[in-house]
Amino acid sequence: MIDFKSTLSIALKSLEVNKMRSALTSLGIIIGVGAVIVMLAIGSGANKQVQENMESMGSNILTIRSATAKSGGVSMGMGSKPTLSVKDAEAISRNARGVDAVAPIMSSSKQAMYGNQNWQTSVYGITTPYLYVKNYEIKDGRAFTKDDDNNAAKVAIIGSTVETELFGDINSLGKTIRIGNIPFKVIGTLVSKGTVGPMDQDDLIFIPLTTAQRKVFGTDFPGSVNQIIAKADSLESANIAQSDIEEILRTRHNLGKMQENDFEIRNSAEFQEKMKSTVRTFAILLASIASVSLVVGGIGIMNIMLVSVTERTKEIGIRMAIGARAGDIRMQFLIEALVLSLIGGLIGIVAGITIALLVGKLFGTAVVITISPILMSFGFSGLVGIGFGYYPAYKASLLNPIDALRYE
Amino acid sequence: MSLITVKHAKKMYKMGDEEFFALNDVSFSIEEGEFVAIMGTSGSGKSTCMNMLGTLDKPTSGEYYLDGADVFSMTPDELSDIRNNKIGFVFQGFNLISRTSAIDNVCMPMIYKGIPESERYKRAREALKIVGLENKENNMPSQMSGGQQQRVAIARAIVNDAPLILADEPTGNLDTKTSIDVMEFFVNLNQKFGKTVVLVTHEPDIAEYTKRILKFKDGQIVSDLPKEEWIKQRNRET
Repeated sequence: MIDFKSTLSIALKSLEVNKMRSALTSLGIIIGVGAVIVMLAIGSGANKQVQENMESMGSNILTIRSATAKSGGVSMGMGSKPTLSVKDAEAISRNARGVDAVAPIMSSSKQAMYGNQNWQTSVYGITTPYLYVKNYEIKDGRAFTKDDDNNAAKVAIIGSTVETELFGDINSLGKTIRIGNIPFKVIGTLVSKGTVGPMDQDDLIFIPLTTAQRKVFGTDFPGSVNQIIAKADSLESANIAQSDIEEILRTRHNLGKMQENDFEIRNSAEFQEKMKSTVRTFAILLASIASVSLVVGGIGIMNIMLVSVTERTKEIGIRMAIGARAGDIRMQFLIEALVLSLIGGLIGIVAGITIALLVGKLFGTAVVITISPILMSFGFSGLVGIGFGYYPAYKASLLNPIDALRYE
Repeated sequence: MSLITVKHAKKMYKMGDEEFFALNDVSFSIEEGEFVAIMGTSGSGKSTCMNMLGTLDKPTSGEYYLDGADVFSMTPDELSDIRNNKIGFVFQGFNLISRTSAIDNVCMPMIYKGIPESERYKRAREALKIVGLENKENNMPSQMSGGQQQRVAIARAIVNDAPLILADEPTGNLDTKTSIDVMEFFVNLNQKFGKTVVLVTHEPDIAEYTKRILKFKDGQIVSDLPKEEWIKQRNRET
C-alpha cells in the first residue's frame, strides 16, 4: 500500500476534477451539520430563557396555601378556609430546615384609583422579606419599614404596570392613591420584571401586611393570611424544607394522624424540574430531527460515491493495470468520501453558527452556541463519511482489472 | 533464462453446456530484448494471451513464469506489484485518466511504486521528453491528438523502468502516418533502451516493425517465425 499523503493527493485531485459534484455532495453534510448546530443553539437558548424566567419568578419557592373549605359537600375553592397565620410563618422561619426566608402574604384583587384613572389590580399585603423571596427590586423610593408594619401605615409600593396605568408620565412617588376608597401614599416603585407567559409580574400593589389585615381585607380571623411563601436554600433542600414545613404546620394545627392537611404546599422546585425536563426533551427533539438530515446527507455521499465508482470503473481498471493494489483503490475512495464529509462539516459549522446568530437577531430568540455540539457534529460528519464511504470504496476495490478496463 | 515462459496455457469459457477454449494448450517463450508481434483474427485468442501476459487475467490451467517468478501462484497484491514494476501497458484506446494532465498521468505508476513526489515529476518529464511531448505536460487528454495521447501512454509505460512493454493494438485507433510515428517509438524502445516489446495487432504492416511473429488461430499458435521468414511465407501464399 502506498503512503497516506499520496493517496490524499490522488483523492483531492479527483474531487477537484469533479468540482460541481463534490460541492453538491458536501451540501448534504453542510445542511446536516448546520441544522444540528442551529437546532442545538435554539434548544440551549430556550433552556437558558426558561431558567431566567424561573429566576425572575423567584427560584426554589414553596407556596403554602390554606386548604379547601367544604360547605355542605361543596368545595369552596382553594384557600377559602383561612387556616394559615402569621404565627405559622414565624414558626416555619424558626424551625424548618433548609428555609432561607419566609413571607406571609394576604392578597386580593382590588380597584386602585388616582385622580380620574382607575385600574383593577392585585393588592398584596406583604412583609419586607417578600421582595427578596420573589426577586422584586425597588426602583424609586423605599421599601416598608418596621414602623410601617407596626402602625399599619397606609403606604404602598406599586408595580410598573400600575404606575403606567394610573399615572402615565407623572411621577408617582409621594402621590396618594385610593385602594377600595382607602387612601394610600405611594412610597416606592418596582423595577419591571416583565411577563412570564400570560402573567404580568408588574401588575400589582404592595402594602404592609398589617395594613392589609386590619384595614383593607376585612377578615373574621385576626392574624390570618392567604399564603405563606418560603424560599428554600437550594433546589436540593426544597424537599427537606417541604417536609419540615408540613410537620410544623400539622403540629401547630393540631391535626390527628388520620386527618388530612388543612393546607397545601406547592413546591416550585418540582415545577422547575418539570420545565427543565420539558425544555431538555424539546432540545433533544430538535437535535434528533437535525441528525436525521445529517444521516440523509451521509446517504447522499454514499449515493454519489456509488455513482462515482460506476462512472470511474475504467479509471479504476487503468489504475489497477498500472500497479494499484485493491487496498490503494479502497483507500482512495474512502478518503474522497471522508474529505467530502469533513469539508461539508467545516462549512456546515460556519453556516450553522451564522444562521443561529441570524435567527437570534431576527426573531429575538435566545440562542446559545457552545463548543460541544460543534465538535460533536464535526466528529459525526467524519463518521458519516467513513461509514457511508466504506461500502462504495470496498465495491471499487473488488473490481476485476480486466473487466474494469473493458468497461465503457 | 527467458523473460517470459508460458507452458500449456488453457483458457476455457463455458457457454451453456458447450466448452469453448480461448487458449488451447499454448506454450512459448520470449527472451529479453525481443520484439514480438502476436497476430490473428478476432477470436483467435491473441487478446486472451495478451491479458494473461499482462497478469490481468488468469488461465484455467498452465504455467507462466515472468522473469523467473511463478505468476499464477501470486496473490492479487503481488500481481499489482508485478504490473507496477515489470510491465508497461499501452492500450488501443490509450486509457489515460481523463481530466488529468499528461504529466500526472505519467506520474501515476510511480505513485503506486512509492516514489517521492519531486522524483516523480523529474522522471515523468524525462519520459515525456523521450516521446517528444516535453512541452505538453500540462495538457489534458482531451486537448491532445490520438497520437499524442498514445505517446503519453508510452511514457507512462516506461516511466517505472519496466523490462516488458505490452501493447494491445497500439495503432488501432490511429491514422497511418501517426501509426508510423508511434511504431518508431516502439522500435526505439526495443533497440535503444533494450526493452522487450510484445504487441498485438492484426495489421501485417505493423507486424513488420517487429522481429518475430506469433500467429494465433482458434486458441492455438499456428506459426512462430522470424520476421523475414514470415514475410517470405506470406509472399508465397499470395
